[in-house]
Amino acid sequence: MSTRLATGGRLIDRSQTQNFSFNGKRMEGHAGDTLASALLANGQTLVGRSFKYHRPRGIVASGVEEPNALVGLGKGHSFEPNQRATTTELFDGLTAESQNHWPSLEADIGVVNSALSRFLPAGFYYKTFMYPRPFWKHVYEPFIRQSAGLGKAPKSTARDPDTYEHFYVHSDVLVIGGGIAGLLAAKKAGSEGKDVLLLEQTAHWGGRTPVDGGEIAGQDAGVAIDSLIAELEAMPNVQMRTRCMGAGVYDHGYVLAYERLTDHVPKSDGPRHRLWRIRTGEVITATGALERPLSFSGNDLPGVMLASAVRDYVVNYAVSPGARTVVVTNNDDAYRTAIALVEAGEKVPAVLDARKDVNGALPEKARAMGIRVLTNTGIAKVKGLRSVVSVDICDQDGSGDVRTGIPCEVVAMSGGWSPVVHLWSHCGGKLTWDDAQACFRPNPERAPTGDTGLGFVSVVGAANGNLTLDACVADVGGKAMSPAEKPLEPVWIMPAKAKGKHRRKAWLDYQNDVKASDVALAAREGFESVEHAKRYTTLGMATDQGKLSNINGLALLSDALGQPIPQTGTTTFRPPYTPISMGAIAGEARGELFQPIRETPMHAWHDANRADWEPVGHWRRPYAYVRKGESVEKAVRREVNNTRENLGLLDASTLGKLIVKGPDAGKFLDMMYTNMMSTLKVGRCRYGLMCSENGFLSDDGVVARIDDDTWLCHTTSGGADRIHAHMEEWLQTEWWDWKVWVVNATEQYGQIAVVGPNARKVLEKLGGMDVSKEALPFMAWADGHLTGIPVRAYRISFSGELSYEIAVPANRALELWDALHKAGEAFGAMPYGTECLHIMRAEKGFIMIGDETDGTVIPQDLGLHWAISKKKDDFLGKRAQQRIDMVREDRWQLVGLETLDGSVLPDGAYAVTDGTNANGQRNMIGRVTSTYYSPTLDRGIAMGLVEHGPSRMGEVITFMRDDGVTEIKTRMVDPVFYDKEGAKQDV
Amino acid sequence: MSEPVTALGGATFEGAVTITERPAQGMITIRADLSSAKIVKALTDVAGVAMPAMRGAVTSADTGLLWMSPDEAMLLCPYAESTETVAALNTALTGEHALIVDVSDARAVFRLEGSACREVLAKVTPADLREQSLPVGELRRTRMAQVAAALRFLDNTTVELICFRSVASYMFKLLSTAAAPSAQVDYRF
Repeated sequence: MSTRLATGGRLIDRSQTQNFSFNGKRMEGHAGDTLASALLANGQTLVGRSFKYHRPRGIVASGVEEPNALVGLGKGHSFEPNQRATTTELFDGLTAESQNHWPSLEADIGVVNSALSRFLPAGFYYKTFMYPRPFWKHVYEPFIRQSAGLGKAPKSTARDPDTYEHFYVHSDVLVIGGGIAGLLAAKKAGSEGKDVLLLEQTAHWGGRTPVDGGEIAGQDAGVAIDSLIAELEAMPNVQMRTRCMGAGVYDHGYVLAYERLTDHVPKSDGPRHRLWRIRTGEVITATGALERPLSFSGNDLPGVMLASAVRDYVVNYAVSPGARTVVVTNNDDAYRTAIALVEAGEKVPAVLDARKDVNGALPEKARAMGIRVLTNTGIAKVKGLRSVVSVDICDQDGSGDVRTGIPCEVVAMSGGWSPVVHLWSHCGGKLTWDDAQACFRPNPERAPTGDTGLGFVSVVGAANGNLTLDACVADVGGKAMSPAEKPLEPVWIMPAKAKGKHRRKAWLDYQNDVKASDVALAAREGFESVEHAKRYTTLGMATDQGKLSNINGLALLSDALGQPIPQTGTTTFRPPYTPISMGAIAGEARGELFQPIRETPMHAWHDANRADWEPVGHWRRPYAYVRKGESVEKAVRREVNNTRENLGLLDASTLGKLIVKGPDAGKFLDMMYTNMMSTLKVGRCRYGLMCSENGFLSDDGVVARIDDDTWLCHTTSGGADRIHAHMEEWLQTEWWDWKVWVVNATEQYGQIAVVGPNARKVLEKLGGMDVSKEALPFMAWADGHLTGIPVRAYRISFSGELSYEIAVPANRALELWDALHKAGEAFGAMPYGTECLHIMRAEKGFIMIGDETDGTVIPQDLGLHWAISKKKDDFLGKRAQQRIDMVREDRWQLVGLETLDGSVLPDGAYAVTDGTNANGQRNMIGRVTSTYYSPTLDRGIAMGLVEHGPSRMGEVITFMRDDGVTEIKTRMVDPVFYDKEGAKQDV
Repeated sequence: MSEPVTALGGATFEGAVTITERPAQGMITIRADLSSAKIVKALTDVAGVAMPAMRGAVTSADTGLLWMSPDEAMLLCPYAESTETVAALNTALTGEHALIVDVSDARAVFRLEGSACREVLAKVTPADLREQSLPVGELRRTRMAQVAAALRFLDNTTVELICFRSVASYMFKLLSTAAAPSAQVDYRF
């Protein structure tokens, strides 16, 4: 059983006890523990059930590469699945639960999958569940989803209570990894006077060196690291962050890093995670190396661990993973584990070394300490049900005939080390195969290149394939001493001639339950590309992205294909290096800050007057002002009736206002609009249409001519920025020699529509300018003052009523709005919202961009020929509108629609005719684009696009409800339902 | 006559830095070719300050010129004088191809004060805020999270920031969030 040792523990503080629970069981650990070390200290070696076969699984590693010890952390709103126990720092009150077990971790009925695992090889699902087709959705998938998988997603009602943020920094040099190589690289760059940022993913500096030992520049490694940290902290141009992982390297020196601020001290104030968005001149990856497992039968039983992890637990946390540890290795480094265990007073019955000749410094030291070393020895099988009981040993060069058994609780395995090349590779760095160390390492000739064509990422230390301390330090120009290590012997399967029964229980990918036999099967079935084999077997596709399994897997694939490993190559390394939280990606953009909301100067007034809000672009506009006890629908009807009968006030500030000036401005606007703007007289307004160069209607609005050289173009509320950019693009790229300036003055003005029979009366009551029909006729504008406030009044109408739109400096818009309400009391003034505006314009047959248009509609479809100039040589869209498809006679065209029973047509409903199309759908001849209940006419009115519509006026056609059955008989009529002569607006 | 009402009525926030919405500021956009000596003379005569270089700003007690782009400048003046200043510019630029627009009401102006200004800004803008890249006095047009802004260090602990009026409320909440006292990074710029 795993236990806490009586003494030692480099990183723990025994004076501080921390309580936590695992699957509801109360446990104790110390400050400085990880959840993994604390679980082991409490004798908890079984930590989860495997993904597919529900096999018992224990802790394998001590860092980010951990595949098995994934837990659900926290509760309720703070619950998070798939958290690695090895990188979770313990805190008082931590609650964790194991995953993918049912009904309990100890007695999991899903383990029956395990007994059947022979019959569930790679590709099993693909092959088995193909037929009958409907069974996949209704039978197989629900069953598989229930039994397979990792953590459960948080409840949909959960709301993360924590906050997150981004942080943008720029540096000359970014060093990723705070081990000995990273520390030395940062010192070197810092002493050259560069801005240096140094990141370390764990809470501690120094990487593996404090555990593995050695001498640096004549000092004990631990002492040397402490003095290096002190030196770096004293450099003003070097900044250092722990708990901050380099997550991804991107083009142009862009790097994302993930800082975990309060995961280890929850409930503290401040953001939980911070996403660093770094631009740096140079990236140095000092990301170290990860130890590889060995593939032998039963290598997934709780108690089988990486050799380096075993000594980490002993040295860092004073935790013994079990009473007796057998070390199994193909290299000298793993002897450090045997030595550390014996030095800590633990028992090591034997070191099993796959090599025939074993005479390096570390093995000799182990022998001298009395540790038994067995050469040419491997494991035939690990025995035990829920934990290791013993290992059967065999000749490594044989086929698994059992020599003898050795009782033990822990197997510490080492298959050699793989440099962490992920960050080097993210942006295109290439790798080269190192035969001597049996690993891929960065190819310095083929670094990721930046804007200069030169490499912007370099790599140092173990990540560069310099796996021993002396080589690692020398790589950064320093000097260190460490025991000389003899070459490893590549071991991809144990024993070398392992039979099927061994391979079927030799796990490669613990997290996705992929075995040595699965890779061989993939190769046999033709999945020869490493990317295909990966997807077929799911090797390396789990949350750990194959940190332990990749190299072993592709070595076995190469073996099965009879080709060298470099020919097989690796799968693609993609960011992030380990999973990062969604919260960190979102940053501050949540709740009120999720998206900017644009507010007019009257926004607070609307809010205080019970506005029912509607989003329009990023603006919020009142849909209607709903009185107490009133429904939204009733409020809209009241607003329409009041505006038609008395006086309505609309906040139209959101309308775009672009000022266009210059000697060529008239020519320019004649190109932008379908109709003529250069002939507009100063002081007058004209409605205009804008098309894209493909001919489609893009925006509309009223244009006012301010002086000889200057026009003011109103755009739709959502269109101001887009049309401004559209104008600038044409001016900057095509007509760069035209003398035209454009300024977006949208926000300079509040704009208030004063609408209804009493509109003139209220303005006259405010006083200050002549608003009579003679002084300010329909489609004219004038500057003046109203109640002392400077305004520009436009006689334009989108409602069919007598109407003025009053532009006023934004800082005085609320003042004028208030004055209009006060003066308008006697005239029945009421504010109205966008729905009232929509109904009134529909009653008048005015089109709305976004309702009648959808990017496929040309002005001619909408009967707007009168607004398309025949005189102009050219305008944007003219050529496109002459294409065959655009002049087709059977294009769907605008008509008004009246149901025979007076009901309101459903929005978007289709008009149908006889027969079906190639897809078996009913043939369609039109659709509804706008539909409302008209309070003015007390019936449903609508507009729609119908094939041959305008030439079939008066005919009855059939629309369909979305039940696909109910028919609605509808007559096609003139789209102008109200005041066809336009008498009301021109009084 | 009533006083102009700014977007947030002078809201303030105390945190890692102090954030204050400033009173209304006269601002006039000038679109014109800034390489023309005639145009530069007209601008500097009306503003009473020299023409700023690229990304620069030149200010006096209550006027100033900001370089916005090779063909755009902004003139600062007292809010109450913007109308007459627009007229003065139009007169001075008679016969030149230039567009003068009063945008005093289209903007919100914030001031950030405190030693953590660069750090607070770094949470919401991708601009390089290191002192050597953004020295005191330089005008930087950039984005703050999801909206456009222009900012300028008046001295090493004071920033003036201009954004559109309609997003003043978003900007204020954004900056207040970034300046939460518990969210300090302690990063050296």
